[in-house]
Amino acid sequence: MSINKTLRKGLAALAGGVAVTTLMAGTALADPAIIYDLGGKFDKSFNEAAYNGAEAWAAETGGNYLDFELQNDAQREQALRRFASQGANPIVMAGFSWTAALEAVAPEFPETNFVVIDTVVDQPNVQSILFDEHTGSFLVGALAAMKSETGTVAFVGGMDVPLIHKFYCGYAQGAKHVDEGATVIENYTGTTPAAWNDPVTAGELTQAAIDNDADVIFAAAGGSGIGVLQTAADAGVYSIGVDSNQNYLHPGSVLTSMVKRVDTAVQTAFNEAGDDATFQPGLLMLGLAEDGVGFAVDENNESEISAEQMAELEALEEQIIAGEIEVHDYTTDGSCPV
Amino acid sequence: MSVRRPLPRWADIVLLPAINLAMAFLISGMVVLMIGENPLEAVQVILYGAFGYGDGVGYTLYYATNFVFAGLAFAIAAHAGLFNIGGNGQAYVAGLGAILVGLALDQTHWLIVMPLAMLAAGAVGGFWALIPGYLQAKRGSHVVITTIMFNFIAAALMVYMVNRVLKPNNTMAPESETLDVMGRVPQLREFIPYFGYSPVNLTIVVAVAFLVLAYILIWHTKLGYQLRTLGQNPVASKYAGMSNSRLIMIAMTLSGACAGMIAINEVMGVQHRLVLDFVADAGFVGIAVALIGRNHPIGIGLAAILFGALYQGGQELQFVIPAVTREMIEVIQALIILFTGAMEGLFRPALERGFVLLSLEQKAEATARATVDSES
Amino acid sequence: MSEQTTNTQRPDPAAAPSGDNGDWAIELEKINKSFGPVHANKDIDLKVKRGTIHGIVGENGAGKSTLMSILYGFYTADSGTIRVNGVPHAITDSRHALALGIGMVHQHFMLVDNMTVLENVVLGAEDSPLLNKTLAHARSQLVELGREYSLEVDPDALIENISVGQQQRVEILKALFRGADTLILDEPTGVLTPAEADHLFRVLETLRAEGKTVILITHKLREIMAITDEVSVMRGGEMVETLKTSETNPEELAELMVGRRVLLRVEKEPANPGDIVLEVENLSVTDRMGVQRVKSVSFSVRAGEIVGIAGVAGNGQTELLEAISGIADPTSGVVKIKGKPLDIRGDDGAARARRAGMAHVPEDRHRMGLVTTFEEWENSILGYETYPDYGKGMILDIAAAQKEAQRRIEMFDIRPDNIRLRTANFSGGNQQKIVLAREMDRELEVLVVGQPTRGVDIGAIEFIHKQIIKMRDAGKAVLLVSVELDEIRSLSDRILVMFDGHIVGEADPETANESELGMMMAGMNQKEAAQ
Repeated sequence: MSINKTLRKGLAALAGGVAVTTLMAGTALADPAIIYDLGGKFDKSFNEAAYNGAEAWAAETGGNYLDFELQNDAQREQALRRFASQGANPIVMAGFSWTAALEAVAPEFPETNFVVIDTVVDQPNVQSILFDEHTGSFLVGALAAMKSETGTVAFVGGMDVPLIHKFYCGYAQGAKHVDEGATVIENYTGTTPAAWNDPVTAGELTQAAIDNDADVIFAAAGGSGIGVLQTAADAGVYSIGVDSNQNYLHPGSVLTSMVKRVDTAVQTAFNEAGDDATFQPGLLMLGLAEDGVGFAVDENNESEISAEQMAELEALEEQIIAGEIEVHDYTTDGSCPV
Repeated sequence: MSVRRPLPRWADIVLLPAINLAMAFLISGMVVLMIGENPLEAVQVILYGAFGYGDGVGYTLYYATNFVFAGLAFAIAAHAGLFNIGGNGQAYVAGLGAILVGLALDQTHWLIVMPLAMLAAGAVGGFWALIPGYLQAKRGSHVVITTIMFNFIAAALMVYMVNRVLKPNNTMAPESETLDVMGRVPQLREFIPYFGYSPVNLTIVVAVAFLVLAYILIWHTKLGYQLRTLGQNPVASKYAGMSNSRLIMIAMTLSGACAGMIAINEVMGVQHRLVLDFVADAGFVGIAVALIGRNHPIGIGLAAILFGALYQGGQELQFVIPAVTREMIEVIQALIILFTGAMEGLFRPALERGFVLLSLEQKAEATARATVDSES
Repeated sequence: MSEQTTNTQRPDPAAAPSGDNGDWAIELEKINKSFGPVHANKDIDLKVKRGTIHGIVGENGAGKSTLMSILYGFYTADSGTIRVNGVPHAITDSRHALALGIGMVHQHFMLVDNMTVLENVVLGAEDSPLLNKTLAHARSQLVELGREYSLEVDPDALIENISVGQQQRVEILKALFRGADTLILDEPTGVLTPAEADHLFRVLETLRAEGKTVILITHKLREIMAITDEVSVMRGGEMVETLKTSETNPEELAELMVGRRVLLRVEKEPANPGDIVLEVENLSVTDRMGVQRVKSVSFSVRAGEIVGIAGVAGNGQTELLEAISGIADPTSGVVKIKGKPLDIRGDDGAARARRAGMAHVPEDRHRMGLVTTFEEWENSILGYETYPDYGKGMILDIAAAQKEAQRRIEMFDIRPDNIRLRTANFSGGNQQKIVLAREMDRELEVLVVGQPTRGVDIGAIEFIHKQIIKMRDAGKAVLLVSVELDEIRSLSDRILVMFDGHIVGEADPETANESELGMMMAGMNQKEAAQ
């Protein structure tokens, strides 16, 4: 494999004790690289979405890419330097924990382009991609309140972290926007990365919510979400999927999916960020307008959403894009107005 | 059954672990072979990655720093007969002590911040271990169970603290504010460029000091004597009039405080802020480190370097041979823990028999000499 | 003569009367065995007649256990020949020994506590992969064996629920079940009450009558005289002599064992009691299970006096000792030294008792008195480690502790003379001396001693008894607890008898007769016993 060979060359250079940084930085290999966060490549969630994007790029272009799975926080800078020294370009990072590492490493490799998803690093060679999870969540929250007969909707999050609170906050605002008296039940599957892949706990939380009259449950829980969708389907209530379009899993029960196109973002980055001509450093907000987030409608769920509901949702979407409705972003102040 | 005698000390401390390690590497090699890669090359890459260049050495030492604290934490409790599996949680909550001191003493020189942060981290980590210790001493709840449970409580507490209390607004990542440059524990690369970008920092000096202190504590103090008595024979310690419950609580507190020093390395020396799960299971690796190191500071020091090398070399392996995935590295690490820890006694009987044979020969020689002597 | 119970065919013992040259069950010839520099067995010859009880005596370390381990296949001899029923065999392991009809009952039983008697007997001898079948088969055999040799035990009782004596029966049954013709018993009475020991001897006699051969390893000469037909004496790894029991006496055997003349009786001057030193008032102790073990016991011990507490094991002596020495909390009562009440409650009561001048040699040195994994010198400071003699601050003055240990090793003639040796590697007698040296070699008011010579060889017994008398003569108050009535009688100046947690009577060792004491030990009060 050619990657192997290049890497060995890199290794040989290292063995020579030469200042590798200067030696390698200029030689653009142009193979893109992606570094997954601690959850691992196959976390059924965010990292896996990033992986899918990289694979889609490889399938589309037939190109090679490098990847690395972190084992601990100390490896962040190490992995970045490693790939940058080897001439990988662009280097894409998925995850909100990259700020400090990237801030340290990006200036050392001005010729390398970095793309970081879910956090912001202000450097001339870094593109930061953020998703408007709160607006997408607002819309599915609004739909949930429209469909709810009990006036109670629920939210099952994955790991108890700010990013997921952002989902919750948008969802709750949407629900309250439609039905001021709506009750929103909030739950998280856990406090460790294992929470992303714990469908059993997620299912139990869902059942508990259903027992408390919830009849629409939004699963923002990565791999754990499968448990939410299954339990909701078994109980005959609605669920809402997340990240990718999960409508097909339980047609008729999955009301919609709050899509967040991390995969597309990675694929686009691989295509564009390697070349300075197409690389756009700075902040890229992917929201409703850019189709970075949104609610999915396809043949599996179109029968569940009436024309009036659809019209109302589209109206809400336009109002948000136009700035007429302001959805509060939890992460700006760490609190939620509802 | 056949002849069995205890091994000579050197064989117990050096030879047996070496054989266990060799077995672990052998089987790991087969795993590497199975995925179609060359195991010898893998070993070469690991060794080069861990010791071949400044950055690698630095990372190896950085990991080893954590493992020394974790290994000592386990060993101190083990000498008192306590199986403290909670080093991970104790180190985790100790991060609170470290970061709170660090943030409170903004714009303060690290020479002041570091000792205070050590005290705070030690106090919090020690307290986290004292609770299971108290429950064991006064209520008879087994520390194995309670310390495991306290790991989970620690994880939940820290997620709460980081997400809802320490996290500055306007950031996505669940982490505290970053420490001021002045207050950070200096990294060795600031004085020794050889270490490249590696995060090894002055905490490693603390780790070495702790190894020495632990040795003195266990074998040269009255308290250490009492802890060992408790560990070897709790009935005898009661007979001797040592307060077993007090000793259990002391041992656990010392153990937890020692684990808490991991927070100094990570929070004050490397991350410079409190991030989720910064311990990265070092507390559990510490158990294996202590087992391989036979709960002796020298052994723990060496085993910590071994595991540091495995971590760093494993990372190198992942880069150089992409077919070796993160999971594969974990398998190799697990095999080593399995052979040196869980199945530590696997080769003991054979080795003991071997030594008996050897000693028989020695004896024959001795008799021969004695006969000659008496005849002459 | 009843029929053989084992399935293997053996020569009929009745056909060959004992003494016949061709009738040796076991013959050992020029057996040698060394462990490193230690020559444990030197050119040992031993012949054991079929259908007899053959005693092997010798001090700890004389090589008895090594020899029997060679016979049982635990060790392989460096050189020498073993003949079983006249046929030479190289016994490779214990399975092999069993196949040759040699069974062994170890000093420490090898039973699984949470299994039933039946399961333990079958363990390792399953004849079918289906356990049920084996068990059913074994059950009938077990009951039959039990009846035949009066070794009845409930096959379904759990080992942990039966007495030590019954556990020993299970061990014997295990050997018989596996078809043993020759049974080796290693110190079988060490753990038994006198009644249990008597029963065991009756069993051994039955076995002999059935034509089985018994090899009895012991250092209790009384047992040898009572039951064996022949006795072999070992000393220092060598076989000294084999004698007909009927033609020897304890004094001769003791001399052969130790290599010098041994005083089997304790010589002491009359006591010269002074003021009361130790007072125990209305002491009661309840154990963890909620059973009251000591019931309002009161007595006192004067300076220069040995008070012995006699009684069958398990009548509260252990709990009494532990309460007085501060190890276990009494439920009520007071312990005073020279009129001052001791604060002996709490986790570290033993430390306060010690500081008040109470030295304690516990009943069980392995469980309590020593940390056997420690080096000798470390045990020499156990309980005193915080004393300024071993360093003023937190640091332990190892040099001082080692120096003192070295001095004690010489003073108490502890062997081997090596303070760095692990305590487990010392013989029982020397371990006991380590404890005695630690407790006696300091300023003290009261010496509390439990079972001072349990598992200790004859030479050491004499020494230990002398030391205890010496403490008395130095004006210390000595409280002695022992289940060996002989020991109590020969050492004590006053005897208290304990039964069921009460002190049921007091006796003068000079005048009390054995049956009176025995009846008190069985629970009769003094008046009843005297009648």
